[in-house]
Amino acid sequence: MSAPQKVIRRARAGTTEAPWVRWTLIGLALLFMFLFLVLPLAAVATEALRKGFGAYVEALKEPDAWSAIRLTLITAAIAVPLNLVFGIAAAWAIAKYEFRGKAVLTTLVDLPFAVSPVVAGLIYVLVFGAQGWLGPWLAAHDIKIIFAVPGIVLATVFVTFPFIARELIPLMQAQGTDEEQAAIVLGATGWQTFSRVTLPNIKWGLLYGVILCNARAMGEFGAVSVVSGHIRGQTNTMPLHVEVLYNEYQSVAAFAVASLLAILALVTLVIKSVIEWRHEREMKAIAELPPERPQPATAA
Amino acid sequence: MSGAPSSALSSAAAPVSRSGGTRRVLPGFNLTLGYTLFYLCLIVLIPLSALVFKTFTLTWDQFWVAVTAPRVMASYRLTFGASFIAALVNLVFGLLVAWVLVRYKFPGKKIVDALVDLPFALPTAVAGISLTALLAGNGWIGQYLEPHGIKLAFTPAGIVIALIFIGLPFVVRTVQPVLEDTEKELEEAATSLGATRLQTFTRVILPSILPALLTGFAMAFARAVGEYGSVIFIAGNMPMVSEITPLIIIGKLEQYDYAGATAVALVMLVISFMLLLVINALQGWQRRRSAT
Repeated sequence: MSAPQKVIRRARAGTTEAPWVRWTLIGLALLFMFLFLVLPLAAVATEALRKGFGAYVEALKEPDAWSAIRLTLITAAIAVPLNLVFGIAAAWAIAKYEFRGKAVLTTLVDLPFAVSPVVAGLIYVLVFGAQGWLGPWLAAHDIKIIFAVPGIVLATVFVTFPFIARELIPLMQAQGTDEEQAAIVLGATGWQTFSRVTLPNIKWGLLYGVILCNARAMGEFGAVSVVSGHIRGQTNTMPLHVEVLYNEYQSVAAFAVASLLAILALVTLVIKSVIEWRHEREMKAIAELPPERPQPATAA
Repeated sequence: MSGAPSSALSSAAAPVSRSGGTRRVLPGFNLTLGYTLFYLCLIVLIPLSALVFKTFTLTWDQFWVAVTAPRVMASYRLTFGASFIAALVNLVFGLLVAWVLVRYKFPGKKIVDALVDLPFALPTAVAGISLTALLAGNGWIGQYLEPHGIKLAFTPAGIVIALIFIGLPFVVRTVQPVLEDTEKELEEAATSLGATRLQTFTRVILPSILPALLTGFAMAFARAVGEYGSVIFIAGNMPMVSEITPLIIIGKLEQYDYAGATAVALVMLVISFMLLLVINALQGWQRRRSAT
């Protein structure tokens, strides 16, 4: 995969379709994307502005909306760094070494992706809830985890657990260990090797993982819904607040808060695309280097 | 647990360790592996084991009654049926979108490509309420369908639509890179040997992308089975008709029936774990296919 891939342009006769087939397929694909992706986004914007821009702003100024926004930001600010540290540690261990049980470990790291968000919330209720393993002990020491902020953070950490590790493992495997070994042989410490050799090599993958992890952390609904207890102004994150407002038939307010989450999603997509385009350009630049000296000048 | 998929994973990872005899020259193995295992146990394995231990407090009969009650059985049928149909739609249209993005040029292609990931980035609750707004009787789409007797919102059909949205990126994103790597030479050979374009597609291209296609299908299906946020707004949540299995778990929790909720959750967990192994096996198949 790391070998430079040349795009060979050759006569395409016989390996493409007639123009009418081509344009029909493009049309069908775009129609599908329009119905399922563009229309829902447009619906959020229209519903949020149904009663004008003033009503939209008023809905966002509400104290409960503010506390939901604050809680969502706090949750992401704790969950994302925790999974970032884990992701780097797991990718270092899995990609740079060979050991027994590595395949099982890789599968277990992916496990939270396969678990239903509702089940993810439930398992924390079983551990920390009033009827749970630690429930009596927590109650005796007056510590609240379920129906409080720590439970929301834990559930969010669970559902976003694999994001960064999963992005880094294949990337670091493809890069191998030659550059790190050279650094160690030249006398660098482990930390210097990581921060000056590995980190610059994985920075785009890292950022990619972080923004996807962040988007999911801020938007998680099912898992958080189970552990939150839905206390208005206290344990409602933005997605939960959207649900409360929607069920109270405050449509404009619900879609106003939802529009903030939709903007977050669009910003995430833009950053993600910019990273991908940059990465593509770098790969192209590396591929165009003369074959004798395949080293890009990254560690300047 | 460590059957076929694991061996597939390790064989794929094998070429990486080119260092051979000088392995573990890099520092940090004990630290990073130790922390990885610690964090994995703390966040994932211990809480998941709570689910298994809680289920053991039930007798077999109690467990069986809890997971096969008529209302629960109806929810399995709905959840798996709707997820299957949605994944099937995504299989067809995901292939179409991937094909169009890889093979053709058209204006706005980069934006369309970026937009494919919207369901990953958009919170499920937002998707749920906006799809409901579109399909309800007074919505942009619903207003044209309801006069013809087609009701989508608050019916099982609405659930399928929400699950199509949720699973849309999986097939596109698994098929796209494989399609980019397929060799045009094979298609040229097929054409020069007299195959029609359709024959070339079904006999040359389709077999080479089949593992990726099935991987994407399985991922979309697995995601749909566990989905909660987008579905509950559009489903109507009528017992026996439009109540999905995750909602059954929530309902039991709200009635403080922890054992019952846990029993149903364990069934879902076992199924998700099996799906994860299937996906791993399919990915191993794809890697072997592209290695040769």
